[in-house]
Amino acid sequence: MRNALVIAGREIAAYFVQPIAYVVMTVFLLLGGWFFFALLRRFDLVQQMYLAMQNPQMLQRMNLNQMVIEPLLHNLAIVLVILVPAITMRTFAEEKRAGTYELLLTAPVRTGEVVAGKFIAAAVLILVMVALAGIFPLILVLFGNPELGVMFSGYLGLAFLGLSFVAVGLFTSSMTQNQIIAAISCFGALLLLYVISWPAETGGGGWSGLLRYLSLPEHFATMVRGLISTKDIIYFLSVIAVALFLTQRSVESVRWR
Amino acid sequence: MIEVKNLTKTYGTFVAINDVSFQAKKGQILGFLGPNGAGKTTTMRIISGYMPASAGTVLVDDLDIFTQSLEARRRIGYLPENPPLYNEMRVEAYLRFAGRLRGVSRSGLDGALEHVIDVCGLKEVESRICGQLSKGFRQRVGLAGAIIHDPQVLILDEPTIGLDPRQIRDIRALIRELGGARTIVLSTHILPEVSQICDKVVIINEGHVVLEEGLDQLPAGTSLEDVFLNAIARERGHDDVEAEQELEEVGAGRSSAQ
Repeated sequence: MRNALVIAGREIAAYFVQPIAYVVMTVFLLLGGWFFFALLRRFDLVQQMYLAMQNPQMLQRMNLNQMVIEPLLHNLAIVLVILVPAITMRTFAEEKRAGTYELLLTAPVRTGEVVAGKFIAAAVLILVMVALAGIFPLILVLFGNPELGVMFSGYLGLAFLGLSFVAVGLFTSSMTQNQIIAAISCFGALLLLYVISWPAETGGGGWSGLLRYLSLPEHFATMVRGLISTKDIIYFLSVIAVALFLTQRSVESVRWR
Repeated sequence: MIEVKNLTKTYGTFVAINDVSFQAKKGQILGFLGPNGAGKTTTMRIISGYMPASAGTVLVDDLDIFTQSLEARRRIGYLPENPPLYNEMRVEAYLRFAGRLRGVSRSGLDGALEHVIDVCGLKEVESRICGQLSKGFRQRVGLAGAIIHDPQVLILDEPTIGLDPRQIRDIRALIRELGGARTIVLSTHILPEVSQICDKVVIINEGHVVLEEGLDQLPAGTSLEDVFLNAIARERGHDDVEAEQELEEVGAGRSSAQ
């Protein structure tokens, strides 16, 4: 564990020195801010429309959580699909190319600790990003009356989603020494996990159930709607565990070849 | 103390090294010689625990590098051919990282850092960024990172390659200083380097050992160059033409072979 933290510390410093972290956070928050602005404008417009139409029932039904936070979180999730491969592509690929891989693998450190260290570092970055995106609900809380629990659940979902993406990204990076290949295969894998349930709508039986279960947005959407269920958390944790296990195997495989 | 026993490494059908065995006793500096592509780097990567052999074992202070890997790796300082520097890091931060990674305790880190900066002459670059260092300093920072945990065994892969003459002299002096109680294996294809700093020479050609001898046991009056070229020419069945070509490849100089 000590070794994992030593590696994580170096990685985090690298994110901020290089300055990948700042660029990624800026893009994430800028886009997030733009979505938030657009959604809020729409909310405002609809509200004025109902006011003009003097329709109190509809006004009553308008809901900040459903009309702003839910779509915002879904949009941010898509942004993560694009940003996470860029964050994780260097983790192993760059070390292989720069030759620092030899330092890592000949130090008295287990490969599991190397993987854990890199995961912790990228996870910290993602959690900071998700936390900073908390500015949007904060604004709503200051000027409106949204439901706190639902927002918390949604953000927890976004955090789990981001961590799962990171784990997949580490795996693709561990398989190649080319950062572009790492990024593209990670992007492909994440997008596939995103759309994997599409055929399920036309099919039936156990097959579509399986696809639905594998689909990331299905689990994410439940959390965004405000339901924290063990089933979804277990799903995210298993994606992370499986991807990290495969990463560890892939790093270790240098030693078999 | 390093014992290399019957190492074989194959990549698919390509045999990189075949049945390589040699020993370096405590305090010995072993020069590992061979033409380019003879299997030096492969052998050193196996000794350092970076990758396993297809067959055979390596014992470092009687610890098996595969089965007791962590314990064995703790005793080794390994400098790959390209110094493993993180280009965005400052020298001091890099050395601290290398120290922590190689098992230096938090309390011992400051002392170890000061020691290697002093020994490797890095005072003037300690706050520079690794990516901006000259080749000579990169080599020295890599070496500092490899010895920061005060290892009993040092594996140096072509430590003087790409340096200017003065830097070569400095690094050689440094390696001799580091010798003493430590066991050092250094690979090179520069022959005078071996006669200057090593106690023992192992010559490898096309993946197998052709000579393992103490430098003082070499026949009097023969230069290492003769020994090297003879050993390799014997391999080639006394084919003078090929020996001649070999000599060109090695860049060792004139045709003093046979």
